[in-house]
Amino acid sequence: MTTAGRTLTAVKLAGLVLAAAAAIAFPWVFSNPVDTNYGVYALIFVTVASAWNVFSGFSGYISLGHAVFFGSGAYTLGIVARDWHVTGNGVFALLPLCAVTGAVIAVPFGLVSLRVRRHTFIVITIAVFFIFQLMAYNFSFTGGSIGVSAPFLAWSPSTYNDPFYYTALGCAVGMIALAWAIRRSRFGLRLRAIRDDEDRARGLGVHPMRVKLAAFTLSGAVTGVAGGVWFFYLTQVQPPSGFDPLFDLSVVLMAFLGGLGSIAGPVLGALLIEPGQLYLTARVTNGYLSEILLGSLFLVVVLFMPRGIVPTSADWLRKARS
Amino acid sequence: MRASTALRTEGVVKHYGGVHALDGCSLTAGRGQITGLIGPNGSGKTTLFNVITGYARPDAGEVYLGDTRITGAAPDRVFEFGVGRTFQLTRIFPTLTVLENMLVPSRNGGTRRAMEQLEFMGIAAQHAEPAGTLSYGQRKLLELACVLVAGPAVILLDEPAGGVNPTLAGQIAGRIRELNRQGTAFLIVEHNMEFVMGLCDSVTVLDAGQVVASGPPAAVRNDPRVLDAYLGVAVDE
Repeated sequence: MTTAGRTLTAVKLAGLVLAAAAAIAFPWVFSNPVDTNYGVYALIFVTVASAWNVFSGFSGYISLGHAVFFGSGAYTLGIVARDWHVTGNGVFALLPLCAVTGAVIAVPFGLVSLRVRRHTFIVITIAVFFIFQLMAYNFSFTGGSIGVSAPFLAWSPSTYNDPFYYTALGCAVGMIALAWAIRRSRFGLRLRAIRDDEDRARGLGVHPMRVKLAAFTLSGAVTGVAGGVWFFYLTQVQPPSGFDPLFDLSVVLMAFLGGLGSIAGPVLGALLIEPGQLYLTARVTNGYLSEILLGSLFLVVVLFMPRGIVPTSADWLRKARS
Repeated sequence: MRASTALRTEGVVKHYGGVHALDGCSLTAGRGQITGLIGPNGSGKTTLFNVITGYARPDAGEVYLGDTRITGAAPDRVFEFGVGRTFQLTRIFPTLTVLENMLVPSRNGGTRRAMEQLEFMGIAAQHAEPAGTLSYGQRKLLELACVLVAGPAVILLDEPAGGVNPTLAGQIAGRIRELNRQGTAFLIVEHNMEFVMGLCDSVTVLDAGQVVASGPPAAVRNDPRVLDAYLGVAVDE
């Protein structure tokens, strides 16, 4: 490795350690629940954006149906806690079940939707999304339009957010590490080959269905867990909040803004957009303002920075150096 | 007879609407041989490649690899059977680096072999660059290298010398010969007659979706049916 390359790696490593330290220290420095609230939501969406990216960013198949996994994770946690009478900290132990639900849904969902290419795939994911929202409204075990509530936690309000913050942080770090490992693996290479030219990849022995389905399932499982954390933190889920059509638009925007297909991109995008959206919703009485801004931002990103902040900045850096 | 053929098609028919791209095409590529496939534009050469490698399903007819019937198998299965191909319009993975392109087909830890192959093609210096930054000729070499590194038993090349400078074309021919000596069979579509005649053990001529002549290059070159197919006029002996 060149000296410049080694310096760059050292800088990256130092940055990672610093970011990790900042993330761990955040609830101590900003102990106000209003602030930690931003942290919890931001980390949930870091997890989701990164999970979405491992499938959609790597393979080029843009999913607008990840709310299916998110909502199903939320409902799984609520329904199981309710029916098995699980309360208190024990509910956290149910989170792996949310991953199972995400994965179990992803397999048939993927087997159907991944038979078609890009644009048709997007349309199918939207259709499946609405099927799930309708099911949540109409089944009795999902509580219809009233939804499901989480068990009450008798914790002190001043530190109530902290266990959720660290749970979400654990999910986010785990997902980023997983994304990094996949990016460097043969599996990741095959996903990216499919993104570039699926037919050519087939001719070189890549089984596209297997590879795409594996990524879709993994992505769905992690998104399910994030949905579970989100539900337990919010303490309730209804069909329009669990299966929210704006959910996928936000996640897609996070990934596009930060940089589709890169590891850091979706993380950065989530850290910018989710707190920004929450802030606007809390501070501005007109509830639609944040959505209008979100849409405008999407246009700006797609028009002027189509590859996202991280890849574009990397290009600038490379140009500046040479 | 069977044991000596690497690849065989029997009466392959492929229609696109009313167009008979292949009309009962029966061809043989000998084991350990380099077979040239020539014919005028639209004679069905690329369609035949697509049928053999699973990119198009034949309406009738069979494809055999050795004694194994592979008719209608999907491209990924055909590759696993041991058939690799390149495309007439060069196809690479543009956002993957040159080296990553080479690793898509390799089975395990083929980095060293991949680099050797890139070295031979003269594009090893660009191994860390995105493949999309390569020139047309270099892409052609990368696509070829990518198939060669996987080491299939039969390799189908669609115009390997097209758009490549003569020196490089000579090098590519040398590489094909070398792999052929190690036992790889080739089926090559090429318009560059010098390239075909100098390299191939036998040449098959396609016209209007049918084989009109087949044999050693020297014999095929003077076959009246071939002249007819290429020049569009009947040539009397």
